[in-house]
Amino acid sequence: MPVPALDQLWVYLSASPLLHLLVTLLAFMGASYLNRLLGGTPFLHPVVLTIALIIGFLTLTDTDYATYFEGAQFIHFLLGPATVALAIPLYDYRERVRRMLVPILLSCVAGIVTAVTSAVGVAMLMGASRETVLTLSPKSVTSPIAMGIVEKLGGIPSLAAGMVLITGSLGCALGPVIFRLVRVRDPSVQGFTMGLAAHGFGTAYSFSSIGAVAGAFAGLAMGLTGLLTAFILPPLVHLFGL
Amino acid sequence: MPLIAGMSVLLGCQFLGEILVHGLQLPVPGPVVGMVVLLVGLMINGRVPTGLRTSGEGLLRYLTLLFVPAGVGIMVHFDLIKADFWPIIVTLVVSTALTLAVTAKVMSWLTRSMPRDPRDEWREERP
Repeated sequence: MPVPALDQLWVYLSASPLLHLLVTLLAFMGASYLNRLLGGTPFLHPVVLTIALIIGFLTLTDTDYATYFEGAQFIHFLLGPATVALAIPLYDYRERVRRMLVPILLSCVAGIVTAVTSAVGVAMLMGASRETVLTLSPKSVTSPIAMGIVEKLGGIPSLAAGMVLITGSLGCALGPVIFRLVRVRDPSVQGFTMGLAAHGFGTAYSFSSIGAVAGAFAGLAMGLTGLLTAFILPPLVHLFGL
Repeated sequence: MPLIAGMSVLLGCQFLGEILVHGLQLPVPGPVVGMVVLLVGLMINGRVPTGLRTSGEGLLRYLTLLFVPAGVGIMVHFDLIKADFWPIIVTLVVSTALTLAVTAKVMSWLTRSMPRDPRDEWREERP
């Protein structure tokens, strides 16, 4: 009887971590390919596309997120060491960073304060719930750090990861337009700004579309923003009475 | 073996970070403190060991893939997103545009008198 056998095989496979680990990798490859086919449009970022594909698959197979995460946690776990690894680009550009330390720190703080106050302010004006406001507050920070911050604040870490991703792809789409509007041409400034406002997405974008120096500055901004936001954000959010 | 050594350094720093966060009750995620630990370690060591660079840059190259499992978690919150749909969308667009504009403006103003790095000249013609 091939039908029940296949059925049992599916039950067995979907209960093991293997299937969803494989689904994640395949969806990522498929989405990257699809994005290239579409001319690398920033409006359909490969990661956003990957997530949509996987959610579609899970909905079709009637799988819940907890079951999916059993397998995907192996990839998720690597976010920790990847965050630690951000020290490497920081170390590589330490000379440049030392020379530009004051402008870098001041612009980083200005950027973080803008990101947090505008996110919290606009969300509150629009009447979002407290949980949503807290979850949106670190949207410019790379997701492992954002999730840690949101967890400590009392927001929803997994939703924060989603908000961070959307922010990242928005940053890649808006960045070039904004740079033209404010007439900023310096690639190190552009890279730094992309890394600050759009974390890993902005960093990848800077490397591929602006240049190596922009990429390095983006990596620096991403690490520095993550680090400083973790300290600046909680007191800043408390100013709003949250 | 260098790859394993590199990975061990990354995990070791994360581990130290977690211990420091719990021991000192810091309001920061463990891996962030781990990043500071690694940076201090590199400053003392004076160079990035090859294995560490390979594993670290490998992880950073696929950083966006690592976001996927957590990102799929958005499906659990569809109801919450539906309830706050417009606040979320408007906040993300307005705040991201503002952050980009302010950061770029402040930084280019602060660095306006700085001498250019000759290594950067080639990239000047980019918009």
